[in-house]
Amino acid sequence: MTTSVNNNSGGDQPQGSGNAQLARRRFLQKLGLMGAVAASYTLLEVQAKTAASSDKRWGLFIDTSKCSSGCDACVRGCNEEHGIDAGKDEHTRAQWIRKIDLTDNLTGAESSVPVMCQHCDSAPCVDVCPTGASFKRADGVVLVNKHTCIGCRYCMMACPYKARSFIHENLTDQKPSAPRGKGTVESCTLCVHRIDSDQNQQPACAVSCTDEAHSAIVFGDLNDPDSDISKKLKTVGGSQIRADLSLNTGVRYHGL
Amino acid sequence: MISGAGYFQPLKSAGNYLLWMALLALLVLAGGYCAYTMEHEGHHITGMNNSIVWGLPHVFAISLILAASGALNGATLSSVFGNKTYSPYARLSVVLSICLLIGGLIVLVLDLGRPDRLAVALTTYNFKSIFSWNIFLYTGFIAVGVLYLATMLEKSLQRFTQTMGVVALIWRIVLTTGTGSIFGFLVGRSALDSAILAPLFIALSLVMGSAVLALVMTWAGRWQSQTVSARTQHSFVRLLLWCVLAVLYFSIVHHLTNLYVAEHQSDEHNVLKGAFAVLFWFSHLALLGIVAALAFALKQGEGYLSTMKWHAVCAVSLIACTMILYAVIIGSQSTPQLLFPDKTITASTFGDGGIGPYLPSVWEWGLGIGGTALSLLLFGVVLRVLPITSTTQS
Repeated sequence: MTTSVNNNSGGDQPQGSGNAQLARRRFLQKLGLMGAVAASYTLLEVQAKTAASSDKRWGLFIDTSKCSSGCDACVRGCNEEHGIDAGKDEHTRAQWIRKIDLTDNLTGAESSVPVMCQHCDSAPCVDVCPTGASFKRADGVVLVNKHTCIGCRYCMMACPYKARSFIHENLTDQKPSAPRGKGTVESCTLCVHRIDSDQNQQPACAVSCTDEAHSAIVFGDLNDPDSDISKKLKTVGGSQIRADLSLNTGVRYHGL
Repeated sequence: MISGAGYFQPLKSAGNYLLWMALLALLVLAGGYCAYTMEHEGHHITGMNNSIVWGLPHVFAISLILAASGALNGATLSSVFGNKTYSPYARLSVVLSICLLIGGLIVLVLDLGRPDRLAVALTTYNFKSIFSWNIFLYTGFIAVGVLYLATMLEKSLQRFTQTMGVVALIWRIVLTTGTGSIFGFLVGRSALDSAILAPLFIALSLVMGSAVLALVMTWAGRWQSQTVSARTQHSFVRLLLWCVLAVLYFSIVHHLTNLYVAEHQSDEHNVLKGAFAVLFWFSHLALLGIVAALAFALKQGEGYLSTMKWHAVCAVSLIACTMILYAVIIGSQSTPQLLFPDKTITASTFGDGGIGPYLPSVWEWGLGIGGTALSLLLFGVVLRVLPITSTTQS
């Protein structure tokens, strides 16, 4: 929050040196009072929002058996939600989520999977970020602080999932809920603005997938044994991409 | 004290000094314009993309930083190991080292997406990040270098020269280890995920630094109407030979061990037979050629090489090491990241499974060359201001 101070003393400037001192003292008192009010307001504003809690661990369950090769509803949903222009060069434009088609080397079985930030518990991007701009919330959501990201791209080098994008050019028509900026790095936020909202909305990719009648993406609290995602994982199981790296990802796949 | 106080002086006006300085200043200006354009337009005008995130500016920056560490060889050999041959070049060695580091850091900073946030990088730290530690190592190296130089310049401080030499030696080994570790601990990139990159970077720094120092010694010597003595050159030939052998050793071990591990097969294929094969083989064969030439010179002519041959040896060493760095930095990024080890990627909107495309743009060349020119320009200015060039031969 920014504070502005009105330096106008009101046009009743005293003429004598004693009066001048008194006026200056009053002015400083007013200034201090205004500062205190501003600081209190700032604190109140921060406190008004619910902090992320480690009681929850947000995650995604992706059932690849329900995900079809030609469908990119989740990608479109994400792009629309965050104002990402999908029409630009695929190598320089932001790709918070992408579809990858796979063939098993042994069986020849084909599958199609959406890949996004895996919201790792031991996130390499968080470890390497020199300014701490890459950070993990208590509820497991990995984010980038756009105010302290210097655009060094070390997190992109460190990410095993190629899930981060550097913004290569000026952006226009940004969404208020998804502030972005040229010269900084970004990735899937797990639609943090939606899950933090009072309505407890689902991430856009999960909603789009359900709207398309696939329901391949399930969002929920991995710490809650009664959540849909926990039940799914318990009944059908789920694996991690590059489980060998022991990053304990928040995104789990069934059928990989 | 190794270097006597009486025989150092600032560079006197030399015929083509101003011409060189003007040329370097022009290159610096051009580099500044390139950096401004990249910052203003965004990195889409460069060859970099979301697959190759560190491009040619990083190759220049890392080369300059490694050369900075290695250029201290002259001072280290003089004040730490007592090799009097290098005493006349000790001050020059420290100044060159600082100037190269400044040039490298400027390139690194100007290649950031938000170079205007340098203050954030200098005030907000994540101590789990090697990058953060390197910020301290780089700025600390400049401070150590300045103090080291002060002990050489100021008579009353000369009793501390050896101590500062030891501090600077330790500091530069840690610095180069830190620089190598930036690349050596990236679990997501199998082509880089190897601790041997740190000693490889140290060996590269020794070659690059020695080569730059040798070239600059001749350059500065010419302006003083002096030549590098046969004894100094002989010592340099031996030094360069061992350093080049160290580079070849670490590089060969790195690639042989990678070939043994199935997980690294595609990385090695890309480097040894694929898109970066020409760079890899040319650089390594060139270094082998350098080894042969230096060994032959030591055996036949006690290390004597004509000035032209000596310059060629140094220049080829520099170019070969820079090519190795290019293959390490860019080659490792162009290799597809292994997301699904047991599967073949048949389609992706982000080039998964394919070689990452990269062609350096004129802006990147401009920034890199501008940073290198800045190092040399700074060095040239200090040469005129401080008594760092020796008026007597070793």
